[in-house]
Amino acid sequence: MKKFINKADDFLKESLNGFGKAHSDIIQVSLDPSFVSRKNKTKEGKVSLISGGGSGHEPMHGGFVGHGMLDAACPGFVFSAPAPDQMQAAAEHVDSGAGVLFIVKNYSGDIMNFQMGAEMYSGKNDSIVTNDDVAVKDSTFTTGRRGVAATVLVEKIVGSLAEDGGSLEECKKLGEKVNKNAGTMGVAFTSCTVPAAGKPTFDIGDDEMEFGVGIHGEPGRKREKIQPSKTIVGNILDAILDNLKPENNEKTLLFVNGMGGTPLTELYLVYDDACQILQSKGVEVTRSLVGNYCTSLEMQGASITLLKCDEEILKNWDAPVHTAAMRWGM
Amino acid sequence: MKKETEFMSVNFLISQAKNIQKVIDENASEIEALDQNIGDGDHIFNIQRGLKLVIELEGTIKDLPLSKALNTIAMKVLSGIGGSSGALFGTFFISMAKSPDLDKDVDFSKACEMIIGGVKAMKERGKADVGEKTMMDVLIPVSEKLNEIKNNNNEIKQGLNEVIKIAEDRMLATKDMLATKGRASFLGERAKGHIDPGARSSQLIIDTICKSVINQ
Repeated sequence: MKKFINKADDFLKESLNGFGKAHSDIIQVSLDPSFVSRKNKTKEGKVSLISGGGSGHEPMHGGFVGHGMLDAACPGFVFSAPAPDQMQAAAEHVDSGAGVLFIVKNYSGDIMNFQMGAEMYSGKNDSIVTNDDVAVKDSTFTTGRRGVAATVLVEKIVGSLAEDGGSLEECKKLGEKVNKNAGTMGVAFTSCTVPAAGKPTFDIGDDEMEFGVGIHGEPGRKREKIQPSKTIVGNILDAILDNLKPENNEKTLLFVNGMGGTPLTELYLVYDDACQILQSKGVEVTRSLVGNYCTSLEMQGASITLLKCDEEILKNWDAPVHTAAMRWGM
Repeated sequence: MKKETEFMSVNFLISQAKNIQKVIDENASEIEALDQNIGDGDHIFNIQRGLKLVIELEGTIKDLPLSKALNTIAMKVLSGIGGSSGALFGTFFISMAKSPDLDKDVDFSKACEMIIGGVKAMKERGKADVGEKTMMDVLIPVSEKLNEIKNNNNEIKQGLNEVIKIAEDRMLATKDMLATKGRASFLGERAKGHIDPGARSSQLIIDTICKSVINQ
């Protein structure tokens, strides 16, 4: 393992400290229990949005705390859900009286810990669960699909509505709409190494890729020989379009997300391939996002998310945002 | 078995945590490898962190009444571990701490009731039942067996030997299961052929406690 690390036990705390110092104009970091919150108090009457999950997906979620997105984020240990007292403390810290909406990715540990946090918090609160990963079959009898990169889009779009004074119910409704209209699938070329483990999570050959990988290096649909980008992107988009079934010329947001170890040059190449394929299928791309937003430590690979956009979604996507990892319009 | 056999005292809990820590550490690389096959490899670190935190509580809880000690353990497990294990084992200890009449002597029957209640609370929290390739595949049958031993007034030593056997059989049975809950559920058919890491760690915990009680 080659990482910038002092002691595995201090890894998260030291990284959070650095994050707090680097972005002290936007956020503050609290420890014991740990959460990231906005530097400025949530304005009265504004619904507070709180997300969280295991660390190792940076900038998600701490990098999305700030104007127009989250009010607080709760980081767990690397790839482990945060504990309920973090959610309770964050909610008590940010709630200005309009209630708290928890945004939770569909993983068993996150679901259970957020549920317990919500039960421990005495104020008004509700939750939405994202499950955009089309690589996994959905079913009411199982854990169902994973919540992955579309969580970033949910946080941005609902964050804007909350900033504009949307109620808890309205925020939840919009979040569920964005989640339902989004589909994601990822591919990994290499594994990632959890600092506490010190070795790669899985073995993968030089000429292989994991198709449909999750965001923790957990295996995906199948192991395949690596192919040209256009073939990989085509296969990902087939799975997403099969699931989303967009209308002819329906407007979409195309989000190419890096897993942490793939350079932007490659992500833009993927974006170009995806645009061409979508155009040939009569899908209109009207908004874009390209970069490392929902990562898996140093994993090489990328995910593609397609979001079907109506006017409400577009308006809230375009609205100003100022966070450590996403900033426009202000 | 001697008359003063301990089943559930603060002392008992701490010494069991130390026994379990030793066994889990000895089997850590196996559990980690199982989790890397079908999960993401965090389970062993969460279990080890939880045991360390509980053992560190010794000085704080050793003179407390059982109800308060269990509550302190529950809060530490809940806040210090994270992941599915933190939520589930935290839920287990919260349920145990809420059992009535804890600060009178806890006999075998009462200890069984506490464990049965704790497993029931975990089942509700995780919404997982037997056959879904999780730790519940071990914990639920063990809880049912304890209930049977308690209700029929069976000989304790023989009963606990049966519990050890059930835990092992059910742990091994997770190998050929499809996962429908937890992180392995995302794998579909590919999860087959691997024992569930949570089932393995739970089986080791049960094995350790039962053997220690039998040998008291």
